[in-house]
Amino acid sequence: MSVANLLEGKRICVCGGSGGVGKTTTSAAIALGMAAQGAKVAVVTIDPAKRLANALGLEELENEPRLVAPERLRSGGLDVRGELWAMMLDPKRTFDELIERLAPDRGSAEEILANRVYRELSTAVAGSQEFTAVSKLYELDKEYDFDLLVLDTPPSRNALDFLDAPGRLTSFLEGRMLKTFVRPTGFGMRILGRGSGVLAAGLQRVTGVDLLADLSTFFRLLGGMTEDFRVRAAEVETMLTASTTAFVLITSAQSEPIDEAIWFRRTLRESGLPCAGVIVNRVHHDILGSGKRPVPFPRGDVVAALQAGLSDQLAARVAENFHDYHVLARRDEQNIARLADDGDGQPLMLVPHFDDDVHDVEGLLRVHRYLFASEAERERMIAEVVA
Amino acid sequence: MSGLLDKRLIFVTGKGGVGKSTVAIALGMLAARSGLRTIVVELAAQDRVHRALADDSGAAFVEHELAPGLFTISVDPQHAMDEYLRIKVGPVGHVLGSSKLFQAFAMATPGMRELLTIGKVWELAQLQRKTRGAAPYDLVVVDAPASGHGVGILRTPRTFAEIARVGPIAHQGRAIAATIADSQFTALVAVATAEETPVNETLTLRDALASDGLSLHNVIVNAVYPSRFDPDEVAQLREAADDAGSPLARAAIRAALSECARAENQHRQLARLAAGLGERPVELPFVFAEQLGSAELERLADRLQAGLAGDDREAQVSPPPATRAT
Repeated sequence: MSVANLLEGKRICVCGGSGGVGKTTTSAAIALGMAAQGAKVAVVTIDPAKRLANALGLEELENEPRLVAPERLRSGGLDVRGELWAMMLDPKRTFDELIERLAPDRGSAEEILANRVYRELSTAVAGSQEFTAVSKLYELDKEYDFDLLVLDTPPSRNALDFLDAPGRLTSFLEGRMLKTFVRPTGFGMRILGRGSGVLAAGLQRVTGVDLLADLSTFFRLLGGMTEDFRVRAAEVETMLTASTTAFVLITSAQSEPIDEAIWFRRTLRESGLPCAGVIVNRVHHDILGSGKRPVPFPRGDVVAALQAGLSDQLAARVAENFHDYHVLARRDEQNIARLADDGDGQPLMLVPHFDDDVHDVEGLLRVHRYLFASEAERERMIAEVVA
Repeated sequence: MSGLLDKRLIFVTGKGGVGKSTVAIALGMLAARSGLRTIVVELAAQDRVHRALADDSGAAFVEHELAPGLFTISVDPQHAMDEYLRIKVGPVGHVLGSSKLFQAFAMATPGMRELLTIGKVWELAQLQRKTRGAAPYDLVVVDAPASGHGVGILRTPRTFAEIARVGPIAHQGRAIAATIADSQFTALVAVATAEETPVNETLTLRDALASDGLSLHNVIVNAVYPSRFDPDEVAQLREAADDAGSPLARAAIRAALSECARAENQHRQLARLAAGLGERPVELPFVFAEQLGSAELERLADRLQAGLAGDDREAQVSPPPATRAT
C-alpha cells in the first residue's frame, strides 16, 4: 500500500492528527508525490514552518493557491509531470470573504465585519480556523479545476475539533436558539411561555445587557444569510462524506499521538467517515532489523564487538547509546502494534525518524519516497537505513 | 526577584507534541515536593495527568489527590458552567443549568467555552474558594492548550470584558484579566523542543504575548539529547564505521553517528532560540524509556529544579535573568 494507491480516484485528501506529528510536511509530501505522477494538486496549509513555506515559494499570505515553480522541485531531483500548487490559509480573511459573498449588500457586509461579536468570532475563537479551513476547501473544490486538494488540518489539541467545529459554528450562526432570546416578542418566546421570563432574566444577569445587544445586532444582520449558511454547511458535509474524499491519519510513533490516532480513527468510523490510511512518522526502526521484537543487546557483547576499532571507554559509551536507541525502537514498535491491532488490518505507512528536521524541498522528497514506495520498496529502504 | 514556584498560577503552553503536559506534571511534582499544595489543571478532557501517573481512579472533573500535596483536575466548559451558575446566579442558576435552550446558547456563544474554562482556573487559584468547603491551593499549574489557542484563552477574559462592558461577565472578565496580567501572581511558561517549528513558535508566542503586555517567565526546552561524543570521537567513529568488522559493531556506530547528528541539529536550534530570547532556556533531557512513568517524571522534576535554580551544570544553563518587567 502506498499513498498513490490510497488516493486513486480521490479528489480531496484531508490530513488529520494531533499537533507536532509532522502533519504539514506530510501533507506537502503527499501533494508533491501526486503532482509528480501527473495530477494538478493543491495543498492547503494553515501555518507552515517559515523555511518550508519559503521552500514552496509561499512568502506572502495570499489566501489563494499559487503554482510552485517547477524549478524549485526539479532542484531536488524530482521530475514533476503534473502541477503542484500551494496556499497558506488566512482564517480571518476567509471568514470575511465568506461574509462579503453571502451578505445581501455592501452595507450589511460592512456592518457585520465591524460588529464586535463577529470580530471575536472570526479571530480569537477556537473552531473558526477549522471552520474556515473546510470552507476554503469547499470553495477551491467548486471554483478551481484541481484533480486533488490536500488539506493540512489546523493544529488543534483535539483532532476532532476539526470535524465538530463547522457544525458547531454553523448552528451558532443559524442562531435558532438565540433568536428566541434576542427578540422577546418573537414566536419562540411566546410558545415558551412563563419559563422564558426566568431564562431571559438569568441570561441578562450572566451576560450583561450590552453583550445581548451586540448579539442581537449580529443576528439581525446575519438573519438574511442564515439560509445560505445552512445550505453551505450541508454542501460542505456532502463534500466531506463523498466517496471521493479520503481522510488520512498522521501520527508519530510516540505513545500519546498513537492513542489520539486510535481514538480519532474510531470517531471517524462512528461519524461515517472511514479513515483511508495511516501514516506513522518518526519511527525508530530496529537498527539490526532483527525482526518483530527489538531487544537491546547485552552491552558486553556490543563493547566486545567494538573493541577492535575503538578505545574501551568510547566503546562503552557507543554501547550505552546503542542500548538507548533500542529502547526507542522497542517503544515505537509497541505503540505501532497497538495502532495496528486496533485497525482491522488497515495498512500503516511508516516513515523513519530522520536525523534532521524536514523543511526544504529535499526533505519533502525524502518523505515522499517513503510514502510513494510499494511495501517491498519501503522495506528495502528501511533495510538500507538500518543496515 | 521571585522564582517560578513563588507564583500562585502558572500557565504552561507550547506547540503541540513538545511535551507540555509532561512539563506541567513535572512542575507540579516539584512544587508538591517543596511543600506547596499544588493542583495540575488539564484543559481538554484528555486525562493525560492520570494516564502518566498510572492512576485511573476518580472522576476527572473533580479535584483529585494523586500524591501527597499534588492534586489534579480536568476542566471542561460544561462542568464549569454548571458550577458557575450554581455559585453566581443562585436558585435561578439551577433552572438555567437544566435548560437545554440556555446551554445551547452558552456553548455556542463565541469564546464562552474559553471564558468558562479560564474562570474555573481562576477560581482554583483564589485563596477564598467559591466552591463550598474547598481548601485553597498554594499553586495552580495549568496544562494550557497549544500556543495559538493558548494566547487566545489568555486573551478571552479581556475580550469579554470589552464586549459585555457591564454585568457579571464583564466584571469577572476584568478580574481574571487583571490576575493574568499580575506578574507577581501569574507566570507564563513556554515549552519547546530544539526543532525548527517549535523554536519559531516560541519566539512568535513571546512576541504575541508582548503585544498584550505579557511576558514569558521561563522557556523550557524538552527532550534535549545528551552530547555524548566530542568532535574527535565523532571523527574516530566515522573512520571505525567504514571498517567495522561485525554487523553489530556497524549498527552500534551508526546509531552513535545518528545520535551525534541529531544532537548537533538540536544544538543549532537551541542556539537560535537562546539568541532570539536573549537568554538560555532551561533544558530537560530526552528520556530514553519505553514509557514515561512516575520514576521518569521524578527525574525530570529533579532536572527542572536544577534548571530553574540555574545550577544545572550538566546542561550548562546560565542563571535565568529577570524576565519580568517589574
